[in-house]
Amino acid sequence: MAQPLLSLRGVTKRYGPVHANSGVDLDVMPGAIHAILGENGAGKSTLMKLIYGVETPDEGTIEWRGEPTQIGSPAIARRLGIGMVFQHFSLFETLTVAENVSLLVPGKKKELTERIVQLGKEFGLEVDPLAHVHALSVGERQRVEIIRCLMVDPKLLILDEPTSVLPPQSVDLLFDTLRRLSARGVSILFISHKLEEIRSICTHATILRGGKVTGNVVPRDFDAHTLATMMIGRDMPHLSATEPVKRGEKQLEILGLSLASDDPFGVSLKDISLHVREGEILGIAGVSGNGQTELAAVISGETPLPKAMRDGISMLGQKAGALNPARRRELGFAFVPEDRLGQGTVPELSLVKNSILTAHRRGMVQSGMIRRGRAETFAEDCIAENDVRTPGPTAEAGSLSGGNLQKFIIGRELMLEPKLLFLNQPTWGVDIGAATAIRKRLIELRSAGCAILVISEELEELFELSDYMQVLSEGRLSARFKTSETAPEDIGRAMIDASEGAA
Amino acid sequence: MTFPKLVRRERASLSVMIAAPFVALAIAALSNLVLYAAIGVNPLAVFKAMLIDPFTSYFSFSEILLKAGPLLLIAQGLAIGFRAKVFNIGAEGQFVLGAICASAIPVYMPQATGAWIWPTMLVFGMLGGLAWASITAFWRVRLNANEILVSLMLSFLALQLLNYLLLGPWKDPMGFNFPQSVMFQYDALLPILLPGTRVNISLILALLVTLAAWFFVQRSFAGYRLEVGGLAPNAARYAGFSQSGAIWLSLLIGGAAAGLAGAAEVAGPVGQLQRSISTGYGFAAIIVAYLGGLHPIGILFSSFLMAALYIGGDNAMVSAKLPIAAVNVFQGSLLLAYLIAATFVRRKLVWPQGARA
Repeated sequence: MAQPLLSLRGVTKRYGPVHANSGVDLDVMPGAIHAILGENGAGKSTLMKLIYGVETPDEGTIEWRGEPTQIGSPAIARRLGIGMVFQHFSLFETLTVAENVSLLVPGKKKELTERIVQLGKEFGLEVDPLAHVHALSVGERQRVEIIRCLMVDPKLLILDEPTSVLPPQSVDLLFDTLRRLSARGVSILFISHKLEEIRSICTHATILRGGKVTGNVVPRDFDAHTLATMMIGRDMPHLSATEPVKRGEKQLEILGLSLASDDPFGVSLKDISLHVREGEILGIAGVSGNGQTELAAVISGETPLPKAMRDGISMLGQKAGALNPARRRELGFAFVPEDRLGQGTVPELSLVKNSILTAHRRGMVQSGMIRRGRAETFAEDCIAENDVRTPGPTAEAGSLSGGNLQKFIIGRELMLEPKLLFLNQPTWGVDIGAATAIRKRLIELRSAGCAILVISEELEELFELSDYMQVLSEGRLSARFKTSETAPEDIGRAMIDASEGAA
Repeated sequence: MTFPKLVRRERASLSVMIAAPFVALAIAALSNLVLYAAIGVNPLAVFKAMLIDPFTSYFSFSEILLKAGPLLLIAQGLAIGFRAKVFNIGAEGQFVLGAICASAIPVYMPQATGAWIWPTMLVFGMLGGLAWASITAFWRVRLNANEILVSLMLSFLALQLLNYLLLGPWKDPMGFNFPQSVMFQYDALLPILLPGTRVNISLILALLVTLAAWFFVQRSFAGYRLEVGGLAPNAARYAGFSQSGAIWLSLLIGGAAAGLAGAAEVAGPVGQLQRSISTGYGFAAIIVAYLGGLHPIGILFSSFLMAALYIGGDNAMVSAKLPIAAVNVFQGSLLLAYLIAATFVRRKLVWPQGARA
């Protein structure tokens, strides 16, 4: 057997009482496309941080090409030949592609520019080195990140959920690139929870559960359902079939709304029209950065509308254009935002205090004073009912993993018993078990008569959930598709069509 | 060479939070003692004059209490705003306006008598500080004008207003042309709390304000909204808490507290309106607020500490011949040391592994 490129033995990383990784063994062979599979909070990100030198292990050894190695910082990791493409890109939008590359890669700009073009041809990563990053699509930005790693001739490339930001057609291009890299002997660590993708591209898979390795498999030998069961350690929760419900009143209606963005890198909304009735789920598909954030802020009331546009939005039987988020909540509206830390919760405050944020109307405030007991009970119930894994209600929101925090936020908003619920990227980065549980609850809620609007990048999710779909692309909303009569390709085409000019 | 890294803690460390002011005091004291030695002043004499003498006599201790009152009042008001990230730096101006408005009663009604006078003066003072702070709030909300600059500039304006009044319409006609108002009548002075000293009932008011601040910060919904707005503005927007409301509330509370302190100063130890009422309490209170960790109970301690340093500094100037600039340097280095120490409440130093071995 050949010598592994990277070999971890008994690696343990603790954060206080939490074992993020315990006794992890991992071997990555040269040229392998190696998947790291696991639920949220299973320790995938921590493991990658250890390999990329962002964190150092408490116990265990890391061997690089057979030599015991201390990877003390990302700079050391890069020197060894480890590159990482993060889920959230680390590019400066106001700089050009070449300038972004030159921040990390030494060399003259002219040479860098030539190499960017050359690498682009070689690996199918074409991108204009002189383009400004803010003008690039998400797929192109990802190519820039990958090229930047390739510039220093890496032996190992780590990709953190690379497909989560791509439209379906771009995923194939990415996979083609990865296969070419693998053929050149570059190893790839591929983090994902999309099981079909892992089966189609990865040669090995290491499964993590609760910080421990629970399996090393060749993913092609197993079906997605078996992999999922290995990953979550129990049978997959099943979704109840979506049965049509008699639909009622329009609970949210937006008619011909346009809004220019103040932010030079923001997206202006153009002539948006949509409606959601009682007992139906409307899904907004599309790749992030096409106006999702802006549309969400308009629906929630976080962006105040100019006077001329205020008649464009009504919710729960009232003109809502002039209402702030708190007033909209009083009508029976609840909202799960995209950003969990700093918007959905205050990271420095406990879960108890974060309950008060939107649930204060539920008897938590009496003559201007906070009733702590009520807030504590609420937080405890929310934690228990939604399987939020945390030491307790006094834990700071910032200490929870992304998926657990999302369970808390969704739980809190559902406990408000909304008549109109709006979720922006509800299961983004949430593990498959929890995501399925969330979707199941949404379908139950819809069947009970709630009107639900979901913005999501994950097409599969929208097909599972929604009765109707619309595609948001460059600030424009497509016509309404009936999900049962629509194929994923139709939605994919609607995404591409509108953005043809830029991509 | 590897350097330690500053890493965020899982949660704020309570022990560091409590230790930070003491560590800061120790660092500031040690580094300043070196400075005193360098400028040829006996560090031990300074140490004794500054940190020991103020506590050794009833009178000098009562002077500490007298100084602590306004610092405590102003700092409690400012801290509420600082927690909401509304930086009212102009408490000095609000203090002066409070003093001016309170003085209006004895200046225009020097013969009036009755128990209503001093309480009314305090109310006038509060309203004066509040009105001065509302100018800042208005422009911040209306035009997004930076409240640090506006409130700071308004402090200088307030001083000029004070100068104008004392050199012009409010000058004591019998005062040998000194720029000061008439001496206030008996009923315009605050009752003395500790007999034989200058400590008056404004100290009780300051303690009541501290209690109220504690309830406001820890228990009230309005305090919670301000806290969320300060920690995570996007979360406040998401919750629907009004940002302009937070700015108004923060500045009005800070202005009212500073104005009350100003009124208590003219109606208390000074007994008339003078130029010298502006001694920098409004600026020192900023240090007090941060030294107390922006927490009402912490501020209770830090205001007494700062008052002791004032009295100690005065002592040191007289008995150890310390220049006044050195006293200011001490206050400045104390704040600096505290801000450094406070960094470690939410962060810790981590040495890269291998470097430690």
